[in-house]
Amino acid sequence: MKVRILVSFKDSVLDPQGQTVKNALHTMGYAAVKDVRQGKVFELDLEGATKKEAETLVPEIARRVLANPIIEKFDWEILKGRQGSSP
Amino acid sequence: MKFGVVQFPGSNCDFDTFHVLRNVMKQDAVMLWHKDHDLKGVDCVVLPGGFSYGDYLRSGAIARFSPLMQEVKAFARGGGRVLGICNGFQILLELGLLPGAMLRNKNLKFLCRHVHIRVENEKTDFTRAAKKGQVLRIPIAHFDGNYYAPAGVLKDIERHRQVVFRYCDAGGTITEEANVNGSLAAIAGIRNREGNVLGLMPHPERASEALLGSEDGRTIFASLILSLEGRKPARRAAVRKKTGHD
Repeated sequence: MKVRILVSFKDSVLDPQGQTVKNALHTMGYAAVKDVRQGKVFELDLEGATKKEAETLVPEIARRVLANPIIEKFDWEILKGRQGSSP
Repeated sequence: MKFGVVQFPGSNCDFDTFHVLRNVMKQDAVMLWHKDHDLKGVDCVVLPGGFSYGDYLRSGAIARFSPLMQEVKAFARGGGRVLGICNGFQILLELGLLPGAMLRNKNLKFLCRHVHIRVENEKTDFTRAAKKGQVLRIPIAHFDGNYYAPAGVLKDIERHRQVVFRYCDAGGTITEEANVNGSLAAIAGIRNREGNVLGLMPHPERASEALLGSEDGRTIFASLILSLEGRKPARRAAVRKKTGHD
């Protein structure tokens, strides 16, 4: 089973990298962009794990290692049948 | 006193720190390897600067899981003195021995320059050789030194006088300009509530010899030696005796 975990800064934490990207987009004329938050993506391949097991395991891994709970939050999803990246 | 300098893959201030402890401060010093479980009976552990494990994931995030750090954690919990410099500070935050976290510098640049820091609390194991409000000139070299803590945690840190150093100008005034990396409350260094663990972003080992432009960093090592000697007078006598035979 493949899962994807998205780690990003909490809303209360300033994201200077996201701000810089936003400023660049504004400079390029994309005035509609109100805000940009930058994050990290992890894809984990879990061997022999059931959905239920993944629901325990993935948040635990995200909390303990992938994200720093003081400044970051995370979301995750199970990737369904998509092996390759989109063209 | 016996100091242990921890070496991780990617540490790059380990030998500078070792040199200052041994040759400048004239202390016994050994290297400690990240894969070992052995603290070699040291009185104080120093986590040096560098890019432990390439700083992958987050600065200091991987180093905290190394075998030796489990020993360091137990050592600190038992009251042992631990000093974390730059990447060492980041590791202590990730490990949870110090509160808060590091964000990227506000200007998104790697900053490598001399800065001034003001001693906010001269009654600590790491500053007792300093004068109240003394300004130290010590270099920084980091990408992620923008200290952050949630509002409640910051309040707690301030209440317990855990802020040991703040970025300031040459005259000792805290200004936005002097707070080069954008740290919350201009925090450059904090200790834990018990007072035996200190983390700071500036590099005192790079400012311990006049040849290098500043000797202000010695204040921190000298303070540490004073407090260690104060705690274990019997051991100090033994070390002196041994030196006498050499």
